[in-house]
Amino acid sequence: MPETSRGSRIARFNRTERLLHWAHASSFFAMLATGLILYLPSLSTLIAHRQIVKNVHLWVALAWGAAIVLILVLGDRKRLSDDWHEIETIDRDDRRWLRRRRAPQGRFNAGQKLNALLTVAFGLLFALSGFFLWFGERDHRFIFAGTGTVHDLLTLFSVVLLVGHLYLALIHPSTRHALRGITVGDVDEDWARGHHAKWVEAERRSTLR
Amino acid sequence: MSDRTIGRAGFFGILGAGALGLFFAKDVTGVLGRAVPASVSALVPTSGWRIYTVASMPNLDPAAYRLRVDGIVESPKSFSLADLQALPRAEQVSTFHCVTGWSVQNVRWAGVRLHDVLKAAGARTGVQALRFVSAEVPYEDSLTLMQALLPDVMLAYEMDGKPISRAHGAPVRLVMPEMYGYKSVKWVQHIELARATQPGYWEQNGYDADAWIGRSNGFGA
Repeated sequence: MPETSRGSRIARFNRTERLLHWAHASSFFAMLATGLILYLPSLSTLIAHRQIVKNVHLWVALAWGAAIVLILVLGDRKRLSDDWHEIETIDRDDRRWLRRRRAPQGRFNAGQKLNALLTVAFGLLFALSGFFLWFGERDHRFIFAGTGTVHDLLTLFSVVLLVGHLYLALIHPSTRHALRGITVGDVDEDWARGHHAKWVEAERRSTLR
Repeated sequence: MSDRTIGRAGFFGILGAGALGLFFAKDVTGVLGRAVPASVSALVPTSGWRIYTVASMPNLDPAAYRLRVDGIVESPKSFSLADLQALPRAEQVSTFHCVTGWSVQNVRWAGVRLHDVLKAAGARTGVQALRFVSAEVPYEDSLTLMQALLPDVMLAYEMDGKPISRAHGAPVRLVMPEMYGYKSVKWVQHIELARATQPGYWEQNGYDADAWIGRSNGFGA
């Protein structure tokens, strides 16, 4: 790897992790676009070919589910399971960080943990409510009072989450260095030491051992 | 509580709340409709109504509008909007249920009963079904004669005290409140009196022909 004037880099996300991120992200954008056409009256009457848009939305949903399952089964399962273990663990430092105090963070900071927990929960609930939206149209016993509401609210919350995520990943000056981690896989080590001190320290100890 | 259980409890809490929401979340759009300004509700569905079209939305001129009624009749007939309005006027308040899960309570409709349309069109014996063809090609749907003659089925030309708007099927639409909304054909411009029903647009795509609103949908029949 070429050294830059900014110093050395440290590997953050491997291929499985990056693939999972981009498989989810691209499917999300495709479903958001088709979903908004189905949902917003101004767009749904403009585009109008409801059956086609609906089918694209459904096929992307199936492709999303298949891609996620394939990556979970064929990818680096050990790594993903370690990730999830870390994401679930909201330790004392994380709780201080969330109260806007300075506290050293691991490979995922507390905000990233919350974002990941919400994204996985929303993904599962999107799939559940989406399944009943689809199935309820075919068997009316499965039309429930809140299916559409849940699907709509998930969209609203996800877009809020996405806007924050995109701002931090692309625009905010002190966090946008992280973008390299999910595209190429590594991040600037000095930056990482400032933002994810516990992780860099643990990496250093494990390489020394 | 250990560090790990906090995240896990939050995760399963959200999953549980979302799953319960399927059964208990009411249509929040109705509440939003009263809370947000009209400029927002023009953009995002807040009134409860969602406008679904399968082709480009018809824009029919009420003055030039003609409803053709043919099939098992003495001779095919054509009705202008004024002709329909000259038939006995019927009014009703009914709730509109969409198959995708939203509903709008207490919609006020005015129009004509199918019984009066059949009489005016000179229907002959042998009619068992009515096929409603929309100006939104290729949308159509059928009702059996029994269904079409139910006391709360009408060809409506007014909604909530005003002529039906373009988005809701101007100038004339079918209202069949006991079935899901895809049976209530908008922009009706042709009724064929037939011996048997034909699969409508959504029925060709897997929907039920008899779309009775069940008791399990959370709204009551």
